[in-house]
Amino acid sequence: MKKNIILSGVGGQGILTMAAVIDLAAMNLGLYVKQAEVHGMSQRGGAVESHLRISSEEIYSDLIPQGKADVILSLEPMEALRYLPFLSPEGVIITAKEPYKNIPNYPDETELLQTVEKTATHVLVEAARLAKQAGSPKTYNIVMLGAAAPYLDIDHQELERAITQYFSAKGESVVNMNLKAFRLGLPNN
Amino acid sequence: MDKIDKQLLLGAEAVAQAALDAGISGVYAYPGTPSTEITEYIQQSPQAKRAGIRSSWSTNEKTAYEAALGMSYAGKRSMVCMKHVGLNVAADAFMNSAITGVHGGLVVVVADDPSMHSSQNEQDSRVYGKFAMIPVMEPSNQQEAYDMVHYAFNLSEEMQLPVLFRIPTRLSHSRSVIKRSQTRPQNPLNPIANKNAWVLLPANARKNYQQLIDKQPQLVALSEASVFNMERPGEGNKAVIAFGIAYNYVMEVLTTYRLNIPVLKISQYPLPEKRVRQFTERYDCILIAEEGYPVYEELLKGYFGNNKFRGRLDGALPRTGELSPNALARALGVEIATPRDIPEIVAGRPPMLCDGCGHRDLFEAINRALEIYPLRHVFGDIGCYTLGALPPYNTISTCVDMGAAITMAKGAADAGMRPAVAVIGDSTFTHSGITGLLDAVNDGSSVTFIISDNSTTAMTGGQDSAGTGKYIDICKGIGVDEAHIRIVVPLKKNLDQNVAVLREEFDYDGVSVVISQRECVQTGIKRKKKKAQQD
Repeated sequence: MKKNIILSGVGGQGILTMAAVIDLAAMNLGLYVKQAEVHGMSQRGGAVESHLRISSEEIYSDLIPQGKADVILSLEPMEALRYLPFLSPEGVIITAKEPYKNIPNYPDETELLQTVEKTATHVLVEAARLAKQAGSPKTYNIVMLGAAAPYLDIDHQELERAITQYFSAKGESVVNMNLKAFRLGLPNN
Repeated sequence: MDKIDKQLLLGAEAVAQAALDAGISGVYAYPGTPSTEITEYIQQSPQAKRAGIRSSWSTNEKTAYEAALGMSYAGKRSMVCMKHVGLNVAADAFMNSAITGVHGGLVVVVADDPSMHSSQNEQDSRVYGKFAMIPVMEPSNQQEAYDMVHYAFNLSEEMQLPVLFRIPTRLSHSRSVIKRSQTRPQNPLNPIANKNAWVLLPANARKNYQQLIDKQPQLVALSEASVFNMERPGEGNKAVIAFGIAYNYVMEVLTTYRLNIPVLKISQYPLPEKRVRQFTERYDCILIAEEGYPVYEELLKGYFGNNKFRGRLDGALPRTGELSPNALARALGVEIATPRDIPEIVAGRPPMLCDGCGHRDLFEAINRALEIYPLRHVFGDIGCYTLGALPPYNTISTCVDMGAAITMAKGAADAGMRPAVAVIGDSTFTHSGITGLLDAVNDGSSVTFIISDNSTTAMTGGQDSAGTGKYIDICKGIGVDEAHIRIVVPLKKNLDQNVAVLREEFDYDGVSVVISQRECVQTGIKRKKKKAQQD
């Protein structure tokens, strides 16, 4: 198997946590993993991305080639579109619906969602509402991980195991809240 | 893959873990993207704590380098880490350490930032390695980075030379699964026996320099035999020489499109001459894939330009910026579909100062204070506050190198500019601003230096800042008149008061320092979280 995933959002939204959980699940399965991150200046409220590649074969490039991403998993709708050059023709965009507005010229929301809809196969998620339902707005990123789960070629149980491992240091209540967020994010929930 | 004894590490962390396993006694560094995580990893490592590895931050790259060299003199292994431009700061020590040589293994890790993700330039550190005539290691992936650190320490001790270890952003900041090898103990304390050898008086320096030159054939021989330089056979009359991480992009293209093109991978320098000659003689067209400058492309092409070598110089690859799988695919003649464009609706989202950041209120005060003056130039420096050059503030006119705000403002004052104003962060001030302040005091220049003190090295993630709590004493000690060392707190409610203080100092005919003190909002959040956990 081989999956190329672009994770996107705004600095501080929790992309790297989302990436770390997927990494962990993939590593537990004995898969090869490469995950390029953004550190430094861009993290200051700017657009951030992570290239995540998992495969049963050796992975060479840390960067996903343009046109080869299977999934764009975005915590923010405008940021989902920023990485469109990377998406393969058959690729899927999975994005939270809620905009993150920290710039004066943020585009019209309706038009933005329409652009996503006509651009690619897509899943739009009311992540903020589901995160609140899970118990904390902070679980926003794990809700989105749930929404992306069917497209990652990793068993749900393995992702739940990785969530448990990742959050275990923060105590059982945090683990359970994130498991709830993950399940709420899954389609048909 | 084997599930045992493997970890998912950033390239930077793989280097750090490898250094611990290779038996270092200390790491020395000043934070700088993309190198910061190496030292942070060691600072947080229980293994390092148990072994008593020295790891706190240095004031700048030069102090870091010299301390690492001192540890090597004492016989122990040390590592010094910096970003590419940090090597400019440490260059004096670096160049001369090639002449003294080393005793305990010394590995100099330099993280280059092609494409300038978080830097002022994209200089290629391999040039420095050539300049100093020392071995350079350039891993292609994270596992190789781990393995090569061990090798580099052995090489350093065998050749008695510092080894330059070059990693680009993309390797440093990308995670991969790492398999660790065995650990070994630190060296015992064993200072150098020949006390004269490191005294670079001309008579000694000439001798040592000759020795360095005499070592060159042996360095080449080691490169010829290195397992990190290897050939991947193929067919046809076209070939690739791939250096460091460029090998990964080449292999991505070759495996994806099932191309059987021969590749010579180079990860250890000086160039293995024989291997390169034999390889290049066999093919008519050779793509030189290097991350960074076309250093070896230029060398192989020669002064009059041998056209069989292709690369960044003839447009086969982009002249600037980091390489990518797509750039390599195009250079290797693969027809790739034009990627989809970013839809027009997408607006830019540049980095910006955090909500509640003290720099914001400071810039507002500076802008207000300057309104009454015809000349409104503020010399800036390197840190989060460089973002004060962008809207809505547009306060800063320069950002050149660490500490330059101070000395450039002084030079402008010498030219007659009034007011001459500099803004510098607390950590940047101690890194390279103090000596400039002394120049200004000795010259009696009319300048106002604003130290924006947020008690941390914020830009790189909140590392300790060398001068916290010492700024007033430092300025007094250097000779700034106490009446012109002013403290302001950059908050909205203090705006009028702060504007008044700034104008008083702008009008003062002498050196004044305004220390603007407010904790970084990010480190404040972290500190409160930590405290809540402890309570």
